[in-house]
Amino acid sequence: MAKRPVRAVTGAHYGLRDWLAQRVTAAVMAIYALMLTGVLLVSPPQDYASFKTLFDNQWMRIASFLFLLSLFWHAWVGMRNILMDYVHAAGIRLTLEILVILSLLSYAIWSVEILWIGEG
Amino acid sequence: MPEKRPRYLDLLKIRQPLPAVISILHRISGALLFFPGIPLVLCSLDMALGSSEGYTRIQSFVNNPVAKLGLILALWFFVHHLCAGIRYLGLDLHYGAKLEQARLSSKVVVGAGIVLTLLAGAVIW
Repeated sequence: MAKRPVRAVTGAHYGLRDWLAQRVTAAVMAIYALMLTGVLLVSPPQDYASFKTLFDNQWMRIASFLFLLSLFWHAWVGMRNILMDYVHAAGIRLTLEILVILSLLSYAIWSVEILWIGEG
Repeated sequence: MPEKRPRYLDLLKIRQPLPAVISILHRISGALLFFPGIPLVLCSLDMALGSSEGYTRIQSFVNNPVAKLGLILALWFFVHHLCAGIRYLGLDLHYGAKLEQARLSSKVVVGAGIVLTLLAGAVIW
């Protein structure tokens, strides 16, 4: 009996990475949400000046930026999964995926502007 | 005349178990948090940090009762997504994978989502 060549069953190889990214980014966002809730409960900003002071803190900016980047990455994995499940026409799915990627990249640039550049 | 047997699976006629309801709500809330959630959050943050006029505008907008109800609905989407997500992290680690535990934890997720939303709603109202 002739031996068949052994063929390894593999996927596209982004499965595990995305699965892990989905969970790590979720944990980052959950920690930030808890911290922000705590800050807002302990000292709720009373006016524009105190709200602005809260975000003048460099650590607050970095934490918020990490939260937002995690959010965008998390949203990409989630939206791609949803599109893969419900949109079966490859052309439409690709178009929607590109729209999601472009919007998330623009949000990332917008976040930098909001947190570090936007002054008045 | 005897009732005809269904010839296809009508999702609207099947009574889904609670874990399935939680799961689809996780998807729906996730999609809505992506859009319009993310752009609305960024836009509000941009306005509220940009100038004191912007801050006042956001504040007066949120003081509108209809906007407040919308905000509480959005909070529910967020809190449900968070609680259901924590449940999935537990399931990944094989906590509560048995049927009875999975049903119980799905009830806890629904309850926690509603209770936390009501608490947050009471704070912002």
